[in-house]
Amino acid sequence: MSEFITLSLFASTLHLSVPVILPMLGGLLCERSGVVNIGLEGMMLSGAFGAVVFSYLTGNPWLGLGGAVLSGLISGGMLAIMSVLLRGDQVISSTAINLIGAGLTAALVPIIWGIDGTTPSVPKIPTLPLPLLPQLPVIGPLLGELSMIDVLAFALVFIVWWVLMRTDVGLRLRACGESAAAADAAGIAVTRVRIAAVILSGVLAALGGAYLSIVTLDLFQASMTQGRGFLALAAMVFGKWRVGPAFLVCLGFGLADAVALRAQIFTDELPHDLLFALPYLLALVALATFVGRASGPADVGKPFRRA
Amino acid sequence: MSSKRPALPRRGTARLDPIIAEALDARNTTPLTLGAFAALTRDRARTLGARALVFVLTLGASMLCALPFLLLSGADLGVTARAFFIGSLGSQFALAETLVQMIPLLIAGLAVAFSFHGGLFNIGVEGQLIFGGLVAGVIGAKLDVSPALLTFLCLSGGIAGGAFAALIPALLKAYRGVHEVVTTIMINFVAVYVALYAVSPKGPFVSASQPSATDKIPRDARLSVIWEGTRLHSGLIVAVAAMIGVWWLLYRTPLGFRIRLMGANPGAALASGVSVARMTNSTLLISGGLGGLAGAVQVLGVYGRFFDAFSAGYGYDAIAVALLAALSPIAMIVSAFFFAMLDSGAVQMQAVAGISREMVGVVSGLVVAFVAIQPAIVHLSGRIQRGNRPPEADPSSTQSLPLASGENR
Repeated sequence: MSEFITLSLFASTLHLSVPVILPMLGGLLCERSGVVNIGLEGMMLSGAFGAVVFSYLTGNPWLGLGGAVLSGLISGGMLAIMSVLLRGDQVISSTAINLIGAGLTAALVPIIWGIDGTTPSVPKIPTLPLPLLPQLPVIGPLLGELSMIDVLAFALVFIVWWVLMRTDVGLRLRACGESAAAADAAGIAVTRVRIAAVILSGVLAALGGAYLSIVTLDLFQASMTQGRGFLALAAMVFGKWRVGPAFLVCLGFGLADAVALRAQIFTDELPHDLLFALPYLLALVALATFVGRASGPADVGKPFRRA
Repeated sequence: MSSKRPALPRRGTARLDPIIAEALDARNTTPLTLGAFAALTRDRARTLGARALVFVLTLGASMLCALPFLLLSGADLGVTARAFFIGSLGSQFALAETLVQMIPLLIAGLAVAFSFHGGLFNIGVEGQLIFGGLVAGVIGAKLDVSPALLTFLCLSGGIAGGAFAALIPALLKAYRGVHEVVTTIMINFVAVYVALYAVSPKGPFVSASQPSATDKIPRDARLSVIWEGTRLHSGLIVAVAAMIGVWWLLYRTPLGFRIRLMGANPGAALASGVSVARMTNSTLLISGGLGGLAGAVQVLGVYGRFFDAFSAGYGYDAIAVALLAALSPIAMIVSAFFFAMLDSGAVQMQAVAGISREMVGVVSGLVVAFVAIQPAIVHLSGRIQRGNRPPEADPSSTQSLPLASGENR
């Protein structure tokens, strides 16, 4: 057991939780502004795909990140048009994003590369070691496993929390989610705020997808996100739409994933396929036990129209 | 009792207030201009012609949006269209294959639509389908009883499996208020991994001769072929029976009325003494059972055994099937047939025109997108028709489907 719980288990926990944390942040911003977004999975897939395409075409993985941002802008923009501007049903609109994201990315792979399923490998983002930090006592070795990108991702958690809870912009955004009519009466452009939040959630989810495709791996595979967008959604609900708790839940999912992966290496006796269901089961159990009624933003899911 | 009441005509406008009756008459006799169409869809398209128009427009817009990607794959449009029709309707075999594809789509579409009628979104039909297929496959492989009984047991086992997969989301929604979309999706992934485990090399139900599958179900116990020389099996009868059953349940029974009442207005349902928790459970369990039935029929009719990748994403395409049919069980046979045509035509289109099969998923996503924005399109065209007068309050245009999203989250 002692060789099972090692530093690398925790390191892989952190690595595996990043692609859940980023879409979680996006979904949280989106729902706090009053728009249900179950389309995170499709946005992640389009981001993962956009990153690989740009990295493949330009040969520069950093431009790949730019491609992810671009595809996030597109998928977020689509959802914003459908659910905010045209006031379509938010759940159905974001389901459409999921279906289109999964279908289109898989359909474009053979168009670009001429092969089905998995793309050839493309340049991936180099893992830049961190300066100084690994020399720290106790947590130093753990930090040594992290690259610059991971640290940026974790910094985003703090930035989103700070913007949402400690700034004027965040207050406006939350007001739109709690009571769009009151926010409107106070002079906040509800539609504009919601559109911005939805597009931002697309970008964050797309970056989560890009982390999978050009940081962890170096290729795109049809439906490679394996439900992480939905896990992010569950983390957000379980964290009661607050950044800190939801972040911890994401770490929990990462740990469950890491345990499943390591168990596969270590022993043959455990049923691996069942272990891979662990994060999803964990999410169900969490939702079953702790979430109370009506803890989300009051106006989430309701299209807003000025009277 | 009822004989003392004056006889009222069952149809027509005699029951209504004269002013409303007049307005309805006027609306029904208006020629089908853009404005009339808008008014008709706003009333959720009361006439058959208008429903057909909405259907065709939604489909046409989705196909139009998918067109650039077809061109991107370098396909000749004429060749593609020919391949599509030859692949889906061109021969007896192609038509039978389309009908084979239609069976799971129809049943799964009914499952999605049923939950929508109750104001719930069962997005986990895929998982219920897998559970249902697994249970049916295991029962068929392990039990040793007479063929007819075995078929019955497999089908009911499949229904039970699907309902079981919907049980946890149902309870969580009814008693904890957890949004059913999140929980049913989680069950989808759990179902995939449970199915992988069940037929993995060390799994409990794996066949000795075939990896990743259960033992074969005895041939007599499978759903028999009803069109000689093709794969078309009697699952078609099961699907049509399910369709009629769902229609009857929704529109001719008290339970169906309560479910639709809850979907239209949970507050009103509660106020008139309907137990919303109980209705939530019934809705999701019946919906899940239908999903499980789709899986069982697929296992019994097409493959004769359960294997881990037996569902080609029917549960997800079913969302588009249900929404394209505007949730009407009877219209679903048309939308299911169309998506079945896409599925079976895709094989030919891939072979001849080099178009990826995944485009089917894109089309279903686009259909869902256009259904989502239907009220807005209707509203906009109504506004253009009226000129620039200020729009009157129009609550129906913001919500055309009985989905109380965001309520009770």
